[in-house]
Amino acid sequence: MSGYLEIEGLSVAIPNGPRLLHEVSLNVAEGEVRGLVGESGAGKSMIGKAVLGILPRAVAQTGGSVRLGGQDLGALTPQGRRHLIGQTSALIPQDPLTALNPARRIGRQITDRLVDILGWTRREAEARARALLDEVRVPDPARVLRSYPHELSGGMRQRVLIAAAFAAEPKLIIADEPTTALDVTVQREILRLIREMQARHGTALLFVTHDLGVVSKVCQTLTVLYGGHVVEDSEVRRFFQGPQHRYAAALLAATPRYTDPDASLTPVPEGVIAATEAELAGRAG
Amino acid sequence: MGETAQPALRADGRAARRHGLGLRLWLSGGWIALLALAALAAPLLAPHDPLAQDLFAGRLPPFWVAGADPLYPLGTDSLGRDVLSRLLYAARIALTVALVAGALTCLIGAALGLVAGFYGGWVDLVISRLIDIWMSFPPVLFAILLIAVLGTGLSSIIIAIVVIDWTRFARVVRAEALTQARMDYVASAQIAGMPRRRVIWAEILPNVLPTIVALLTLEMGIAVIVEAILSFVNLSISTDDPTWGGMIAEGRISIHQAWWVLAFPLVALFLTVLAFSQLGEGLKDRFDPVLR
Repeated sequence: MSGYLEIEGLSVAIPNGPRLLHEVSLNVAEGEVRGLVGESGAGKSMIGKAVLGILPRAVAQTGGSVRLGGQDLGALTPQGRRHLIGQTSALIPQDPLTALNPARRIGRQITDRLVDILGWTRREAEARARALLDEVRVPDPARVLRSYPHELSGGMRQRVLIAAAFAAEPKLIIADEPTTALDVTVQREILRLIREMQARHGTALLFVTHDLGVVSKVCQTLTVLYGGHVVEDSEVRRFFQGPQHRYAAALLAATPRYTDPDASLTPVPEGVIAATEAELAGRAG
Repeated sequence: MGETAQPALRADGRAARRHGLGLRLWLSGGWIALLALAALAAPLLAPHDPLAQDLFAGRLPPFWVAGADPLYPLGTDSLGRDVLSRLLYAARIALTVALVAGALTCLIGAALGLVAGFYGGWVDLVISRLIDIWMSFPPVLFAILLIAVLGTGLSSIIIAIVVIDWTRFARVVRAEALTQARMDYVASAQIAGMPRRRVIWAEILPNVLPTIVALLTLEMGIAVIVEAILSFVNLSISTDDPTWGGMIAEGRISIHQAWWVLAFPLVALFLTVLAFSQLGEGLKDRFDPVLR
């Protein structure tokens, strides 16, 4: 299967230190929504950072390739890579509190990339920003564009960030736990909004989350990560009928259900973790 | 939590804070503005030539003490020079040093701090070690040593202050830039393909600005003190020009006979340094977008 984003055998490591991603492969086709699931520390966010070229300084890609629309990022010059990523991709970050610059007005933060990188006129960019805020159902867009981030609520900021991500009509958006920092009622609206925007714009979306419930609502396909390894890659419907891998199955079993609110939370059993660790050690060796 | 901003509540909080800030900003800014005006208009305001000696009118007390001469409102020193005129002319030197040394220190220190904090890696390593080494020199001795090499004079004092104190800016600004560089909005700007220089300028600098402003005014106060210290040990500009530090040094000798020669420059120095630091605090709060 080919996709817009094609990650093949991607390995990321701390130089002279542990490997964080072990030959990860996954595809996201145009218009597809793929969930990327795993416990914290499994390397979910690291994949997004590697694709977008914002890996922390202490971390380096040690193998594999990332392709965007058929172009191998590794074959480009650093400048060419930045250009391609800037033209085609965007990020919806996790924490709306640190994702907007507190010292700058919302409007400039949305229009900056349109004006400075894509060469729009300021007037065009501002009209676009207003239309986008309308589209993400922000009331009184003109006022919000003049506001500073601290004048908006968390949910409102996340809407602004979604608008900003879609501003330049990217082909690929990586959403890094976009609803984790929000409370549950706002979370549902934001999820619906992301899904709606994605469908309307036909964007490929890599949705990083630890919440299988969210995956079932938003995604068509999913990749399960454990300890930097891909342990399951499947369609969402098939996954919820019966995961192939024992760790994925245990993770699914550990997801709390609304249908049985009194049931105690089930952890992933120790035995499954031990067996998975052993299997992955064999795979790596 | 509703999804709307809360203008009513915010407006109240802002009004209350404005009010509290007001007095501090007014007093400190007012004193500095007054001083700046007086310094600029010194030739018009000063009743006497600050260097003119009148040995028959030595050690005259200020106007409210018995035996004062109304021609010398703040009295005279042991050589019969007018204290008020000398204070005014000394303010020119103090404020010049504060302004020029403060601005240069700020520019150099903040630029190095921003670069170190944002780029990290070996750039940060070099600048940070340099700061560490620099700060291990005792500052006043360092200044005296520098003046000894450069020779006395206004520009030497300014150079000495800049050379010694840029580390204060560099260290603090580096730490703030380091925090800013990890923020998601910096990552987003980089994903969009913003050149690094523009990321520093547009995303990081506005957030570090309140701190820089506070440090700048603090530094101006420090520059005034350093200039006074150097004048006090006779290492400032030529002994002809009146300076607060020089006046304090001269007044010290005759403190039992003429306390006013020491007291007036001391009070001027104290009020000016205090005003600079208070102005910085006030402006920092005013500049902060979250508190604003």
